[in-house]
Amino acid sequence: MAIGRAHAISLLGLEGAVVEIEADISNNLPAFVLIGLPDAALGEARDRVRSAAGNSGLPLPSRKLTVNLSPAALPKHGSGFDLGIAMAALAADGQVSTESVARVVHLGELGLDGRLRPLAGILPAVLAAVRAGFGTVVVPAGNADEAALVPGVRVVPVVSLRDAAIWHGAELEPIPLEALMPAVPMAALDDSGDLADVIGNPDAVEAMQVAAAGGHHVYLLGPPGAGKTMLAARLPGLLPDLTAEEALEVASIRSLAGIPVRGGLSTRPPLEAPHHTASAAAIVGGGSGVIRPGAAARAAHGVLFLDEAPEFAPAALDALRQPLESGVIAISRATATARFPARFQLVLAANPCPCGNSGTRDGDCRCTAMAVRRYLGRLSGPLLDRVDIRMDVHRITAGQLRASAELPRLSTVAARERILVARATAAERLRATPWRVNAHVAGSWLRSPVGAPARGATAALDRALERGGITMRGYDRVLRLAWTLCDLDGTSRPGADHIGRALYLRKAAR
Amino acid sequence: MAAKDELGARGERLAERHLLRQGLTLLDRNWRCPQGEIDLVLRDGDEVVFVEVKTRSSVAFGHPLEAITAAKLARLRRLAGAWCEAHPGAGRIRIDAVAVIAPRDLPAVIEHLERVF
Repeated sequence: MAIGRAHAISLLGLEGAVVEIEADISNNLPAFVLIGLPDAALGEARDRVRSAAGNSGLPLPSRKLTVNLSPAALPKHGSGFDLGIAMAALAADGQVSTESVARVVHLGELGLDGRLRPLAGILPAVLAAVRAGFGTVVVPAGNADEAALVPGVRVVPVVSLRDAAIWHGAELEPIPLEALMPAVPMAALDDSGDLADVIGNPDAVEAMQVAAAGGHHVYLLGPPGAGKTMLAARLPGLLPDLTAEEALEVASIRSLAGIPVRGGLSTRPPLEAPHHTASAAAIVGGGSGVIRPGAAARAAHGVLFLDEAPEFAPAALDALRQPLESGVIAISRATATARFPARFQLVLAANPCPCGNSGTRDGDCRCTAMAVRRYLGRLSGPLLDRVDIRMDVHRITAGQLRASAELPRLSTVAARERILVARATAAERLRATPWRVNAHVAGSWLRSPVGAPARGATAALDRALERGGITMRGYDRVLRLAWTLCDLDGTSRPGADHIGRALYLRKAAR
Repeated sequence: MAAKDELGARGERLAERHLLRQGLTLLDRNWRCPQGEIDLVLRDGDEVVFVEVKTRSSVAFGHPLEAITAAKLARLRRLAGAWCEAHPGAGRIRIDAVAVIAPRDLPAVIEHLERVF
């Protein structure tokens, strides 16, 4: 008897490898042997495939069926191979066209009734199939929207195994079945709000715009009720739209995390705000079998907001240091290493002390000096060193509230206009370099003739360095901030004023 | 004789006739020893063939071949050893399985699998 061949995708992080599925039917007692490093869920495909085939009117022969997943050394996880295994087996049995089955990639988990269940991670899997040179993918009908987001591929949505077999040339009457759809998540409330809602704290509002324009990380320090969360939630709204490539990457990570991608690609940057009890694995990602992305990867090209930052486990916070530096999260396991993009903007918010009232005029703080130091000391130096903007946020006073009615406040739309112009200026200046935003440029560029500030502008900064008030790394960070301020002002080169304001933004919080 | 035994006996007769028509010669039928019973022992050229026959009246409760489990095959192998001890000089042996689907009042379907162990 002939050998049936089909293809499926094995995902590791966002990268997918093509897996060839071979099926052979030999004259021996009925058995279903699945080889090629399947995990427990994939091993159970044997029973799903046999039942689904029988219930779809395409019973597998009562013979020995051997299915090999190759490359045999690559570990394979999950139930997404069911459809490929079933089609390879049916091709080996001559029930469908062998050539037709071998040409396309099959993705999907089978139900016992033969219907296909939607999968997590369809988007990166289809992307991998396209990169490997396949032009057609067969996916569960419930994943059709998501698969169709990938350009340059023919998506064949099928409701059941029977439909897939008919598409591959089986002479059967189609039986209409209700397609299995992914659970629809609760519509996320658009609670990001407008920048104009923020009353008072003009410095902090300006700081958020600087952060958005230059891609700088932000640390907000202030008592409860000062508006730290409100400010942080408005940052994604200030960021420019994602490029097509970034949007696809964001959607791929969401898909891999099991969040269904519906209604087209979202071009707005994501906001991830994990709770402070999150473990290191929840932040960076992990898992023993399937390696899943954590909050930092889900925040890629968007904002990672850590509210009550000192309450986070030190291990979880320090796990962010490497992705902050490299923009990539690498999770290593015995079998493989998964890589996720993690170029996010970090926003940290903290109370000044355990009771939150330290330094406020209206509340009395009863924390000892030691307790205050220990509380803020939970944010490690190396982590804070990577944060460009440190801002004090104050509670609004009754006088400010009354005055705010007359003061003009910038709306998110107007602020984004300004930020887009500043970003475009920076991108134009950095055209010949690998960087696009000021926060990413290397120190050497800042001291090169193109990147150096105006002559004599750095006097204040040089003094701070001489006094030891600032490190060399801090010096570079002030220069990066100064460039962003300069871009926002529309001037060609940062002057003493920009450097002074940059120093203020860097040192404002205690 | 119970209905199931009657069906089994009919299946074994049908299997025997099928195998003899294939050119095999019969050596033993329902050979018994303390460990159990071999349905059919035949000679195919220079090989001695031990056959397990499984009969069902329909596939409603599974294909007859699916009822031949690993434990049953292991027992058949031990029985084959016992038969060879009782008949020295048997030469090469093999174990086959025959499935008979014999519905009432309809012609039976016979499937023969060689070397199942």
